[in-house]
Amino acid sequence: MPTDRAQFREELLDRAVSVLLAGGFLVVLILAWQLITTLELLPAYLVPTPAATAHAIWKDLTDPRFWNDQLFQTLYVVLVGFAIAAVAGLVIGPLLILHPLIERSVYPFVVAFQTMPKIAMAPLILVWLGYGHTSKFVITALVAFFPVVVNVIAGLKAGDERQLILMRALRASWWTRMTKVRIPNALPYIFAGLDIAVVFAVIGAIVAEFLGSPNGLGSLVIIRQTNVDIPGLFSVLFFLAVMGSTLHLIITGLARKFTFWSQTADNKVAKR
Amino acid sequence: MTSLVSVNGVSKTYETRRGEKVLAIGEVNLHLAEEEFVSLIGPSGCGKSTLLHVAAGLLKPTTGEVLVRGENRPIRAEEFGMVFQDAVLFPWLTIRQNIEMPAEVLRIPKAVYKPRATELIELVGLAGFGDMYPRELSGGMQQRAAIARSLIHDPELLLMDEPFGAVDAITRENLNIELQRIRRVARKTVLFVTHSISEAVFLSNRVVIMSARPSKVRAVIDIDLPADRGPALIESPEFDVFVRRVHRELGHHAH
Repeated sequence: MPTDRAQFREELLDRAVSVLLAGGFLVVLILAWQLITTLELLPAYLVPTPAATAHAIWKDLTDPRFWNDQLFQTLYVVLVGFAIAAVAGLVIGPLLILHPLIERSVYPFVVAFQTMPKIAMAPLILVWLGYGHTSKFVITALVAFFPVVVNVIAGLKAGDERQLILMRALRASWWTRMTKVRIPNALPYIFAGLDIAVVFAVIGAIVAEFLGSPNGLGSLVIIRQTNVDIPGLFSVLFFLAVMGSTLHLIITGLARKFTFWSQTADNKVAKR
Repeated sequence: MTSLVSVNGVSKTYETRRGEKVLAIGEVNLHLAEEEFVSLIGPSGCGKSTLLHVAAGLLKPTTGEVLVRGENRPIRAEEFGMVFQDAVLFPWLTIRQNIEMPAEVLRIPKAVYKPRATELIELVGLAGFGDMYPRELSGGMQQRAAIARSLIHDPELLLMDEPFGAVDAITRENLNIELQRIRRVARKTVLFVTHSISEAVFLSNRVVIMSARPSKVRAVIDIDLPADRGPALIESPEFDVFVRRVHRELGHHAH
């Protein structure tokens, strides 16, 4: 339809403007940064020049050991930890509200646990599970799990109550109500939870690697800090930002595909 | 002749959180003959919706019983369709998928419901909108889809809970005329909850006037107007006579 095409063109234009604005801001930032370094407003050993940082990024980018021993190691931990958190959240969430008795007895502990900084448990988990991949997976999964489970529960309770009355009028089974009403209603929430979880997973993996890992970006941060390699640190931060953004974009892309119908999908209140 | 649905001495008591008992409906008798259109009208919170839910078997009455074709049993899913104040469509399904949904849940063969959905989409005036999503349609059009959905499994009875309460006055009048036509074509029995006197008179064979809580049937008015009703009827003096009678019976309770 012509209106569709006009709307599509308008959206495209709108997106182009957004990209231009963001790109413009980036240029301003880099210029300001360059100015700070050339005018030596901050000492060079604290803030490297944009050129030095770009050089450090390029060096890492072209170094196969950086990819294999550091970035892919961290990505591996992030993805496995996130996968564990996502599956656990998607399975445990529905179980928690299966019966009011379970919900009322167990859910308060979920909430209480959720308010605790899970990162603080990382040393304990290292003591329990020792160094190695298992402890890193567990720390990452633990940090990423709660946003998933809390959103799964909120999502399963969301939606118009009358949609369920309608299903009861049709004498629909528990399974039918779940698959036809509750799960579709929950999807925008679930994706909001997964989006937070994937970013949290990066935090979890980095902290796990801080605590004594022979490889991964987290350990590289510690090594470069010890060597006072500030451009190198900037480079790691850059790659972490790229990793986080890419994972976030993948999740929001999937969310848009599966929850296109939800007008409020973008502003669902997701809890950490 | 046995009624399609008989509500015999039904009352419903709710318990509030503080444990107080509230009598929502007190002893209601109501008989719906086949292909009859009955409106329930009364003050807000007088338990009209509760009565509708009891008739649908969604709520158990505290006392009394609901008979379906003379048998003391809950009404079966295949026997009735429901329409709410808002369309309550599923936003992730297209209009056609929404309309087909009850048939799918009731495991009606595709060969039966697919052509039926196409017919219903035409009947409610949504031809060409079947592949759109609910949010792309106006409230009035969504409500038409909800009516089509309530008819997909070809039930004898329609339970309508203020179905046009959320649309504007002009749309409402059009939808009333449409519903009148659809009902005559589809030959359905309708139990219709409304707050609008003229809507009740326009659509009904009988208007049941309920009192405030605990609600009872205050009066039943037979609407002796021709079966085939068009927009012209609304301006006729006969129509006014019935509107005034319902109004008088509602009295000062109608707030």
